[in-house]
Amino acid sequence: MLYSDKVMDHFQNPRNVGVIKDADGVGEVGNPICGDVMKITISVDDDRIDDIMFQTLGCGAAIATSSIVTEMAKGMTLPEAVSISKKQVADELGGLPPAKMHCSVLATDGLKAAVDDYLVKHGREPIAGPILSSDPNFDPHEEEDEHA
Amino acid sequence: MDHNVYLDYAATTPVDERVLDAMMPFFSERYGNANSLYALGRDAYKAFENARERVAASIGAKHPSEVIFTSGGTESDNTALIGLATAGGRTDGHIIVSAFEHHAVLGPARWLGKHGFEITELDPRPDGLIHPEDLQTAMREDTVLVSVMHGNNEIGTIQPIRALADIAHAGGALMHTDAAQTLGKIDFDVDELGIDAASFSSHKIYGPKGFGALYLRKGTRLTPYMMGGGQESKRRSGTQNVVGAVGFATALEIAETERATEAPRLAALRDRVVEGVLGRLELTSLNAAETDTRLPHIANFIIKGVEGEAMLLHLDAKGIAVSTGSACSSSSLKPSHVLLAIGCPQEFAHGSLRVSLGRYTTGEDVDYFVDELVPIVERLRSMSPLYAKIKAEHSAD
Repeated sequence: MLYSDKVMDHFQNPRNVGVIKDADGVGEVGNPICGDVMKITISVDDDRIDDIMFQTLGCGAAIATSSIVTEMAKGMTLPEAVSISKKQVADELGGLPPAKMHCSVLATDGLKAAVDDYLVKHGREPIAGPILSSDPNFDPHEEEDEHA
Repeated sequence: MDHNVYLDYAATTPVDERVLDAMMPFFSERYGNANSLYALGRDAYKAFENARERVAASIGAKHPSEVIFTSGGTESDNTALIGLATAGGRTDGHIIVSAFEHHAVLGPARWLGKHGFEITELDPRPDGLIHPEDLQTAMREDTVLVSVMHGNNEIGTIQPIRALADIAHAGGALMHTDAAQTLGKIDFDVDELGIDAASFSSHKIYGPKGFGALYLRKGTRLTPYMMGGGQESKRRSGTQNVVGAVGFATALEIAETERATEAPRLAALRDRVVEGVLGRLELTSLNAAETDTRLPHIANFIIKGVEGEAMLLHLDAKGIAVSTGSACSSSSLKPSHVLLAIGCPQEFAHGSLRVSLGRYTTGEDVDYFVDELVPIVERLRSMSPLYAKIKAEHSAD
């Protein structure tokens, strides 16, 4: 299993690490049993992601996908941000090993959860659709196992 | 890269130069087929049988024919499990293996479980040991084979093989042990251990990869796993790997000669790693720490609040090679079955780190590792959304 140079760069030098104080939206997904937990905080201005930060407990791919998704989402409108797909995240990183594709789900789900959290807090309808990995029983490995 | 600190000797070892020197003539000069009758073949045959005698003498075998050369630990384990279980045309029966065996034992055991046999995977206790009384409880009338590894490759605990073998034999079963991690590292004598079969691997003791052996006590019936030309007294067909045999025998002799000074040297280095990691990082522990009977070269840590692969990659960037039982480092996506078997919670098994030392490890290497590990762990913990919570929970305990 090999990581691309870009994955290694985002792993070694992750962008936007931390927590936004008094964030407008918070998304926390994954669970420690599976080994990956991600927390994304956003500040929103005029329905655009003005600032975004992450904290991740996880492997190299989990950290790299978190980092890149924060770069991708910064400046996006909320509908744009929730439409980022796991494939886009992986492509942006120059690809991920097959066993690590679930990490990109965690990254997009963390972002979706943060956006919906913002919307719901403001009495608006969530727009992200189902977020599988915010379920405490979610097993990100299930998807891969089916193909095994 | 400034540093090249290899701390994964339980995974594999470099070929010792003395071993390489012994092997070299057999590649292109003394290349004969050991089955050929002419001089070149006889020369290869003699070298091969000489290697067998040296291995047999080293492990206390009664006769060289009790040593069957194979392609490595995995083949030896597969041959032992399947060959002993099905010996004499047997098609059913009960087999006991420990739950923290290497996959080279678990794989064939589970295969047998689908082909007529019943398998019990016996759990070790949290101390990392298979307790004789637990084996006693698991024994049945129809138990035909017990296989428990001698030294665990991940946590380094040494199993009470003699006591386990006695129980197996009292119940009419054969006893096999996977000794890939113990041969050349601690005392190994087939009679003292009371075993019927044992698996060995060359590349764990500074010999070449792709070579190993199976000890099989005289009179023990075995269905061959590799069939063909009838080599190894019809128990393992295939043209004799003379280069491998010479390398393995030489490697074993060197390990045995140097063991009296090497084992305590490694144990002291291991203790230095343990002291360094536990002393300088909070919320860390040594797996199976309460057990004294352990290999001198393996230490396995739980480092709470980090994930193993992330640690491994950062250490790699510093020129340090170690391994982890985290799911994320394997294709199976499940954390180490060894750590789960000794009761380690999954969330912490992801943060395991195995350090294994060897012939070329120095005190400087060990200190460099600890010095580099500390800031890596602190950085990863600072990035974790859970670490503050883990720490708070710990302080509350």
